[in-house]
Amino acid sequence: MNESRREARTHARLIALICLAVLFFSPPLVLIFDRPAAQGLSWLPLYLFVIWLIVIGLAAWLMEHRQEDS
Amino acid sequence: MRTDPVVLTVAFGYLALLFVIAAWGDRRAEKGRSVIGSPTVYALSIAVYCTAWTFYGSVGRAAESGPSFLLIYLGPTLAMLMAPFMIRKMVRIASTQRITSIADFISARYGKSSSLGALVALIALIGITPYIALQLKAITLSHAVLVNYPEAAEFQLADESFWVDKSFWVALVLAVFIILFGTRHLDASERHEGMVAAIAFESLVKLVAFLTVGVFVVFVMFNGPMDLFSQVADSPRLVGALGLDAVPGGATGWVGTLVLAFLAFLTLPRQFQVLVVENVDERHLRRASWLFPLYLVAINLFVIPIAMAGMLLPVGNSDPDSFVLTLPLSAGLEGIPLLVFIGGLSAATGMVIVETIALSTMVSNQLVMPLLLRSKRLQLSSQGELAGWLLGIRRVAIVLILLLGYLYHALIGDSYSLVTIGLVSFAAAAQFAPALLIGMYWRGATRLGASLGLIAGFLIWVYTLLLPGFAQSGWLNPGFVEQGLWGLGWLRPYALFGLEGWDIYSHSLLWSMLANVGILVGVSLFTRQSPLEQTQAALFTNAMNPGLQHTSLWRGQTTRGELQSLLSRYLGANATARILADQKSSRDNSDPAPPAMIARAEQALSGALGSASARVLINSVVRGEALDLESILSILDTTSQTLEYNRRLEQKSNELAKIGEELRAANERLRELDRLKDEFVAMVSHELRTPLTSIRAFAEILRDGKDLPEDKRTHFLEVVVLESQRLSRLIEEILDLARLESGRLTLTPQQLDLVSLTRHSVDAVHRLQEDRGVTLQVDIEVDEAPVIGDPDRLEQVIINLLDNAGKFADDDDPQVRLLLTRHEQHYRLSVEDNGPGIAEEERERVFEKFHQIKRLSSSAGKAKGRPRGSGLGLPISRGIVVHLGGRLWVEDAPQLQGACLVMELPQAPE
Repeated sequence: MNESRREARTHARLIALICLAVLFFSPPLVLIFDRPAAQGLSWLPLYLFVIWLIVIGLAAWLMEHRQEDS
Repeated sequence: MRTDPVVLTVAFGYLALLFVIAAWGDRRAEKGRSVIGSPTVYALSIAVYCTAWTFYGSVGRAAESGPSFLLIYLGPTLAMLMAPFMIRKMVRIASTQRITSIADFISARYGKSSSLGALVALIALIGITPYIALQLKAITLSHAVLVNYPEAAEFQLADESFWVDKSFWVALVLAVFIILFGTRHLDASERHEGMVAAIAFESLVKLVAFLTVGVFVVFVMFNGPMDLFSQVADSPRLVGALGLDAVPGGATGWVGTLVLAFLAFLTLPRQFQVLVVENVDERHLRRASWLFPLYLVAINLFVIPIAMAGMLLPVGNSDPDSFVLTLPLSAGLEGIPLLVFIGGLSAATGMVIVETIALSTMVSNQLVMPLLLRSKRLQLSSQGELAGWLLGIRRVAIVLILLLGYLYHALIGDSYSLVTIGLVSFAAAAQFAPALLIGMYWRGATRLGASLGLIAGFLIWVYTLLLPGFAQSGWLNPGFVEQGLWGLGWLRPYALFGLEGWDIYSHSLLWSMLANVGILVGVSLFTRQSPLEQTQAALFTNAMNPGLQHTSLWRGQTTRGELQSLLSRYLGANATARILADQKSSRDNSDPAPPAMIARAEQALSGALGSASARVLINSVVRGEALDLESILSILDTTSQTLEYNRRLEQKSNELAKIGEELRAANERLRELDRLKDEFVAMVSHELRTPLTSIRAFAEILRDGKDLPEDKRTHFLEVVVLESQRLSRLIEEILDLARLESGRLTLTPQQLDLVSLTRHSVDAVHRLQEDRGVTLQVDIEVDEAPVIGDPDRLEQVIINLLDNAGKFADDDDPQVRLLLTRHEQHYRLSVEDNGPGIAEEERERVFEKFHQIKRLSSSAGKAKGRPRGSGLGLPISRGIVVHLGGRLWVEDAPQLQGACLVMELPQAPE
């Protein structure tokens, strides 16, 4: 696969990741996780940190390993 | 340790360290060994986003409004994810156009308009000064908390007079620092490497300080996060503190703040400075796009625990903004609070340094220089070097901006919490986003549209955020906030047009963006662009087109001498020599300057003065115009067309090459098949002819020889019978082979015992072998060997193997050994002989049709008579075995040193 097509593919994946991140950081989904756990504290902060780290991890994988995929 | 002299010594010592780092960075840059040429340093420099507001204010905001503080960092995370599309384009544009600031960027996009540049600079100045004030406030406040704890800090502040105020002195020291490292050279160097190195260092310091205090609070003051959060859960006061209900404006406020942070991250002057202007390599964006968000996660990790801990513990009557300091202080510590103070100082100074450099560049390039260039008197007196002037203007601007920040802090700052000021500034900076982002992607956006949109957005920001803030500080009559201007309810600044229930920032953002974007697009649709504007619009929107990179866009005329003197007037002789170094200067100064040289000169001037002023200056010496839009578009079209053609051609030729290869392979295969067919026919006929010839010969003898003795006659007849048998066997084999190859071989597989089958086969050949004098040794190591197979065919295979081995065994003492063993899920039957063996490269070929191994006699090297066998036995055997799911191959005989043929069949399922 030549360089420009590989880049287009990375870009397509990145766009998908951005859409996912926006979705997960926005109200309908945020509201779902805004529920008190058994002890009464909201899960929301934990949810945000976890999603945040996952998004960053995927972004890192996309950015650093793009030469290897075909 | 918390006495004033110690704290001041540490603080100023830290600033001195920054000086050293910045000086070292600049020194390295001059030697060409840049310290900031690393994506990690770049990512750390972007972390100037985390100011004192993050350092102290996040905890305060978490305590007051739950997880909403995270939005300030989720927005930039989203923006950084888009770096490969958006920020990369900004960087590309900035480097080709020598952009010096966000004001310059917007001004350049809309036809190098100086009025638009001035507008952006003004808005930035008004919107960002409070933010600088906020940093100074944070330094003063944290210092007061540190020194006066456990007394309340606010009381002490009120007593202090002007020159005892630490922030005044901090502002002055910072001014000196910024002047030293922000305005050292002017020659096309909009970059400040030493400063960026210092900023990256500061980002590390504030991260370490915050993590230290976080670890201390969670693991020393509490027994880990579980302990902390179970205590929080037990406290009814705090139960709702982490949910969405605590967020101002609820779900709407959530989205609003997210969008606000996203836009502000791209448009805050200091962010634009580090992200775009100070970027040394586009490729650094790739690493930074995840490393910087990771930094944000790290620095926010302990915000919630610290906020919760602060609310659980009675840490004096302090406000949540200083929990980071008061928590370790309440534990009686000295060292960690000092480290926290340094971390906060780091965060604050980092922001002030970059922001002031960005603002002073804007003020000098967009506000002061255009005015000076317009003034006739200055033009006349400008025979000397203007470089000094330029530096002077920038230095004065730096001092003034910092003093303005100090004044704001002294006069109004007390009434605001840290976060409030920060978000107000965010909303001001966000006004640049439409002109910036839409301008980058839509060629049709015009200067008038951008200007009017910007003004409208800014006015709404003033009315909905700035003025109410002034009212809260008592500067204005607060009545208009409650009742609306002139008592009109729909003009209430926090509920414009009756939009109530939103948080004030989302509210302001909605109306200002609606006006800003609406007017920008609406006006652009009904106005025309000037030629230069069209050109710039085309250059910006097509910035990623590789054809544009090295195109010279000037075709006016001037002389080398004129250009040179223009440059040296503004940038100094040394810088001019450096800039024009690659232009052959040996020629006469009255020669016309080539377009590349004019472009180079304009770029250099842009880097120092901004694009609008550079344009004015170049126009003053160059007669003629820059390329018009038509030419640019044709350049763009041709390059993109050429690229497209190239791409298609490459694709086509790739396809052709692939097809060609496939054809060649197919052709070769055909030839091979043809050759095999010929060979096969030749061999078959040869094989058939041999017995036929001998039959015919003997038959003729019998016909003609009437007087042959009886015993001879009998012998000859026997030969005829034998040869006929051989002939029919051969034909049978050929038919078998044909059936095998066409897949019509009918086997009747059934479960059978290989052991008894083997014994049976051995019995069948035993006599024959004995006649030939072959010693046959049979080792059967298993009691029974259930396999699936056709008994007749398998027997045929085994007999064939034994027969072959007998033929190829040693002539003098022929030995054959049959071994039947179990091997994992298979049964292996191997037949070996003590003959000469089969060479490694021959081993696969013995399974080819009619392949006959030339028998070498052990004594002489010559072929010994006719090869034995038809050469069809092994191919047929292999066909049958494969058909039954097994394998047949040749290997070295383990005992008898000859060849060994191994047949392997899978064990029959139970």
